[in-house]
Amino acid sequence: MSAVGELGPYLALVLVGFLPNEVWRVLGLVLARGLNEDSEIVVWSRAVATAILAGVIAKLILFPSGGLADIPLAVRVGAAVAGFAAFLAVKRSVFVGVLAGEMTLLLGGFFFLR
Amino acid sequence: MSAPAAVPPATAAVFFAGVRSALTSVFVLVLAGTYIGLGALTHDFGFASWWLALSSVLVWAAPAQVILLSALGTGAPLVEAAVAVSLSAIRLFPMVVALLPLLRGQATRTRDLLLPTHFTSVSMWIESLRLLPAMPRERRIAFCNGLSVGYMSTAVGFGFAGYYLAAGLPNLFAGALLFLTPMSFLVSTARNCRLMMDKLALALGLALGPLLVLGHVQLDIMWTGIGGGTLAYGIHRLREAMS
Repeated sequence: MSAVGELGPYLALVLVGFLPNEVWRVLGLVLARGLNEDSEIVVWSRAVATAILAGVIAKLILFPSGGLADIPLAVRVGAAVAGFAAFLAVKRSVFVGVLAGEMTLLLGGFFFLR
Repeated sequence: MSAPAAVPPATAAVFFAGVRSALTSVFVLVLAGTYIGLGALTHDFGFASWWLALSSVLVWAAPAQVILLSALGTGAPLVEAAVAVSLSAIRLFPMVVALLPLLRGQATRTRDLLLPTHFTSVSMWIESLRLLPAMPRERRIAFCNGLSVGYMSTAVGFGFAGYYLAAGLPNLFAGALLFLTPMSFLVSTARNCRLMMDKLALALGLALGPLLVLGHVQLDIMWTGIGGGTLAYGIHRLREAMS
């Protein structure tokens, strides 16, 4: 935590966490004026937001940090696929999808962790 | 004197309807899991539990919070951490752009939109886009704020829970808790796909994100969004033009 030590954790939170994050929301507020939900730029923005989120999801699964990194890649990907399949199979239920994914991850992790 | 006939809908009542809607939605479970995981991570990196609470209120985006925590916790340079956080937050820009037109009425002042702008995050955005269109326009901001406060309180509360659970949490379960974020975001984003374009953007983002990382492309998250999103949008326009 040497880099944080220069600023202190709370100042680091504001300067390195809050401001670089918030700038995009404020930019959206400034630029969204006068647009309605059917304008092409809004439809395009939704596609971009969805793709960015999908990219972050894939990265969190494939290149994780912390405790998730200890679980083998094949188990992580298998769990995500199983969760998504369960979501599609059971009335597009987010809860069922997450539950199935988590169960698969725990089972796989239990057998393949170390 | 009786009350005037055209009483505007009681803002407090609409606000609390939003809170209730948040607390009874599936995202409460998702947030609970995600923030228990974040609490565990915060504990591991040696930050205070109040630091996480403040980060949840100020940053209010789980992916950015995960990135911030692991960057600061592993001693990454502050500039690099800031850039990584900012790149993960780009998606908030089109979300705000897509959300605000739903909230803005003729009498809406910009400062009324400040709170919903700050509150914009994945769970709130998905639920707002699902619930707001069926709602009278003048109620939407109060409902949206209530929804967000409900989600944020849940996040802060379970962040504390995870922080104090962390000491006794085995590695496998810590990993399972961290897995809640991508798993829940994946299925909830898929549920929110209405047009073929949305599905295409989801699939392209899932494929492009890791490919650009493996190809060592700079600003991979940004290009995933702009490339995948624009491609999905272009195909959507092409299909429309042909039909």
